[in-house]
Parts: sequence; structure tokens; C-alpha cells
Amino acid sequence: MEAFIKATGRAVVIPNDSINTDIILPKQFLKNILKTGFGPHLFYDWRYLADGKINPKFELNKPEHAGATVLITGVDFGSGSSREHAVWALTDYGFRAVIGGSFSDIFYMNATKNGLLPIVLPEAERQILRDIKPDETITIDLPNQIVTYNNNQFHFDINPQWQAKFINGEDDIDVTMKFEAAITAFEKKQPNFD
Amino acid sequence: MKQTLFDKIWNTHVVAGEPGEAQLIYVDLHLIHEVTSPQPFDGLRSTKRQLRRPDLTFATMDHNVPTKDIFNIEDQMSRLQMDTLVKNAQEFGVPLASIGDDKQGIVHVVGPERGLTQPGKVIVCGDSHTATHGAFGAIAFGIGTSEVEHVMATQTIWQVKPKTMGIKVTGEMPKNTYAKDIIMAIIAEHDVSFGTGYAIEFYGETIEALSMAARMTLCNMSIEAGSKTGMVKPDQTTFDYIAGREFAPKKFDSAKAYWSQFYTDDETAFDEIITFDVSHLKPMVTWGTNPGMATAVNQILPEIRDDNDRAAYDYIGLEPGIPVTDIPLDYIFIGSCTNSRYEDLAIAAAMMKGQHLAPNITAWIVPGSRAIRNRAIATGIAKIFEAAGCEWREPGCSACLAMNPDKIPAGKHVASTSNRNFIGRQGAGSRTHLASPAMVAAAGIAGHFVDITEI
Repeated sequence: MEAFIKATGRAVVIPNDSINTDIILPKQFLKNILKTGFGPHLFYDWRYLADGKINPKFELNKPEHAGATVLITGVDFGSGSSREHAVWALTDYGFRAVIGGSFSDIFYMNATKNGLLPIVLPEAERQILRDIKPDETITIDLPNQIVTYNNNQFHFDINPQWQAKFINGEDDIDVTMKFEAAITAFEKKQPNFD
Repeated sequence: MKQTLFDKIWNTHVVAGEPGEAQLIYVDLHLIHEVTSPQPFDGLRSTKRQLRRPDLTFATMDHNVPTKDIFNIEDQMSRLQMDTLVKNAQEFGVPLASIGDDKQGIVHVVGPERGLTQPGKVIVCGDSHTATHGAFGAIAFGIGTSEVEHVMATQTIWQVKPKTMGIKVTGEMPKNTYAKDIIMAIIAEHDVSFGTGYAIEFYGETIEALSMAARMTLCNMSIEAGSKTGMVKPDQTTFDYIAGREFAPKKFDSAKAYWSQFYTDDETAFDEIITFDVSHLKPMVTWGTNPGMATAVNQILPEIRDDNDRAAYDYIGLEPGIPVTDIPLDYIFIGSCTNSRYEDLAIAAAMMKGQHLAPNITAWIVPGSRAIRNRAIATGIAKIFEAAGCEWREPGCSACLAMNPDKIPAGKHVASTSNRNFIGRQGAGSRTHLASPAMVAAAGIAGHFVDITEI
């Protein structure tokens, strides 16, 4: 996993609430057996018209938003299906952080496994961020847990263990393998009714 | 200190870590299917890791399987995904109920049916509807693909303990209302994210009287309230369901004694409590594009409150003020991990017995597993559906998420026993109205929704 310490980037605003993972990546793209190549299908039904052409009205398709790395959205982002493919589509597209009012529990964990930083900020602060212009940038400082935009500084919370994982770019399984002895000991004391 | 059912199971599964921090939790049962397993198996291969406990892992195929001609898989991507699971299961020694197998079916139907789902267990699966298994008094939740690989390699998962919410359900169920109506009414009242960050336990006299199939429907849709985990305390109904099944414990009485320790000491142990009285419950129907956009069948469609409502009405092609019974219908779908069990099919068949579908309706009946399909054929239920003009299909997820060929055409309305009425969920442009199996079956006969509490 790519480490995330401090990042500065341009942002795109998709303010809707309850953007579920069916919207982020529709099911017809879940048949891929790899983790890559989902970016072109991100927000598929919003990004493309019925005839397959690009929908020029959708935010991501506006030329001034090309290369944005921060997504600013509403509450309840990533609800519904557990598909991690939704996170892979966001990172494959180039997003490194999503700032929302709240995230579904499963989506949040999936994001932490893939270096996509989910940041929860209250409505009043997101309202300020929603006015961001295409040529302005946001800076995310993970060790200090601060989002900076123009003269505004917003603090955000994150579980210290998830924070450390982002900063170190660690693979979870390597970390867990250090507990091998504890896992084996746990298994030995399990009840058996067979 | 008073503990909840969730606390007690959690505490017996902590391998490492302190309360309040991420803790390493042992997994007793890992269910896998073809969609969220190819990448994790690849990950194990590339890192030269073993799958730690194949004996605690069980695989089946459900999302992609055709329900008409099951061995004729025309979609090459679907075929590749299923072939990949066959190869991976073989290579890593995982038991697999493959397409056509007697044990095959929707993963959340098959686990309980085989007796794999048991009280006190921690159960995970790369699918959000894993909450279903909580009906047995287990901690069961959906996980992402990275977590699937982690469980494969270590048989554990890192989690921060969620808060707990008790949902106390009281009162006597009115005639022809079901668990589906309870959970839909609760979500309609509290909206789709009230459970985020919580593990939910359903309890109270109404819950105790529910069958296992009904409890599974209830817990299944906890995720539509934002909660990964819905659960019900194990009791005699639970034990009776498990007894005699393929993977039921051999020393059953000892197991029962062990399971009986898992209950909530008292209500004060919950972080949050919601109450719901079913005495005046009406059958529920969704009108919009998330499960919270629902109303009782005897109501009119609600006013527009915000942009989300406006967008939902635009998509669904309806307007506020229309009676629910006037929603035009083209299809009915009875199936999915929410409502495809034998009991669901029996209830639906009772509504259709001796009658025929309305001329405007196409009906797909998709049993949750081959075992259910066989039983329904043996008892004559399948015949009732066929005589009514329904298509009686092979088991799988089918039109619930339409990854297989079962897609509702654009612009068509479907009364569906599934769990999500999201935009495009049942096929691009499809318009979903969620309801109970009895409601959907009755709608198939009438050609529109009817208030089945009044018949």
C-alpha cells in the first residue's frame, strides 16, 4: 500500500448524500478478477450517457477537474454493497482522499486497506470546501490530522492504528503475522463439539 | 458490568488488542463466493501464503449463476469468475458447492441450511448481507476483498468494536404482515444510516415469536439501516433449526449449553435503544431509490422533502400523491438472500394458489438454494407457481443485483422481495418496489399492489 503522509491536490465536489457503492461502481464491472482497471468505470451511470458517450455535465468530466485527487461529498458515502471494487475504482481514477459527512462502516474499512483516506468533516466545514474553485488546492496533513483550504484549517479524527497504517503504508497481513503465536494459542483453547 | 449478546461473543474472540483500540478478532466461519474471492486467492499466491483454515471456510457460487440453463454460461466474464473459484477452491483445499451441486445456492441461505451458521460464532463473508447469519446469535458482517485475503491468511480480522443498539419490537403481528414489513417500517421511520457504527440486536416478544427464516430476513436488512451486524439472541427456535443439519455439532447438548450463555444481560447494556410496536403494522412498499423511501400499502406516495426525493421520483417515474396500489407493475421477483427461503416461497405460493398472474405481469421465482428448490418441487409449491404462470427458476442471486442474465428492462417496474431499490440495481433503468413475499405474490395476481391485511 502506498504511504499517505501529506498530500496537496485539487478537489472535485459531488455533494449528493448516500452515494452507494452501486453508484460508485455498478455491478457489471465486478466480473473483473483483477484489482486494476476500474477507474474508467467509476460513477459509470453518471459519467456516461445512455449511448456510451461522456456526459459533459457531470463534474468529473469537466476539463477543469481533470487530475483532481480529493473528492468532496455528502453523508453516508459508500453505503450498500461491500464491494471493495468501489474503492479500487476511486484510487485507480486517481483519488487519494474522500471528504464526507459520514461513511458506511464497510466502505471506510475498505478505504483504509487501499490508501484512500476517508475524512469525516461536519456540514459547516464541508460547505466551505464545496466552494473550492477548480484551480485551488486542498492540503491534507495526516500526522497532524488537519485539512487546509485557503485560510481555513479543519481538524479531523482518525483511529490511531488506521492512521499509522496510512503513514507507514503497511500491509495488514504482515502486521498480523506477528501475532501468529497468539492465534495458534487461541485456536487450541476453542470448544469443540464434534 | 452488564453485557450485550454482542459484547459476550466479541469478548470470547479477541486474540490481541485492548478495548477501545483495533482488536484482532478470530473468525469461526469464512464464507466465500465467486465475485469477491479471485483477488484474495491471487494475493495468497503472489505472497506465497497459505489459506490458514480451509476447514473453517466454505465456498459457493451465487452472484453470476444463470437461473434458466445453469450450465450454459454465455457471459464469458461470469464464466471466468466461476471457473476461477473452482480452480482456487481445489488449489487451497476449500470445500465448494459448485453450480449444479446439491448444496449450491445463495451464500447466506446455504450457510444456515448446512448447519454451518451457529450461535456464538464470528462469521464473515465478502458480501454486505452477511448480517443475515446474525439471526442465529452470531456476530456476522460483510467485509471487503482485502479483508477476505486477510481472513484467508490469518483466520482473523482487525476491527474496532462498534457501539451496540437494541431494537425492541413488541406487539402482535397483524394478519399478513411479516419480518420484511418490520424492518422496512423501521428503516422508513429512522432512515438509511441510523445504524452506522452500531451492532444491532433485535429483541422483545415479537422477535421471540419469529421463525428462523423471519429472523434472517430481519437481520439481513440491518445493512440497509447502515449497520454491518444485526442479531437475535439464540433460543429453542434457533437450536431446533440447527439440530440434524449436515454440519450441526455432534455433541449437540454440550453445544446447546455453550450457546445458551449468549444473551444480553439487560437493556441498560445497550448504548442506544429504539422501540417499535407492530400492533398497527401495515405491509410496506418502497417508492424511491433507497430502502428508507418506503410507505405503507394503504398510503399515498409522500411529498418531496429534498433533492434526494426529487431525483428518486424522476428516476422511478412516479409523483407524490399517487396511491401505492396505483403504482404500475410489469414484473414480480421472488428471491434473494432476504426472502428466498422455503417459508417465503410457501407464503407466496399460498397467495397464488388456484389463481393466475395478471396479464401485465412477468414473474420470476428464484429459490435460494437447490435444497429449497427440491423441497418446493416435492411439496407441490413449485406446481402452484407454474400453474399461476410464473417462471420457476434455478437457485442464485438472480435479479436482486442482476449480475447474471436476469435483468429487469429499463423503465419497467418490478415488485421485488429483495433488499435494495437502488438506481439500476435490478438492471439499467429498472424501477424497483421492495415488499414482502406475500405482498409481491398478491401483486402478481392483481397486477398491482393490494393491501393484503384487508383480504
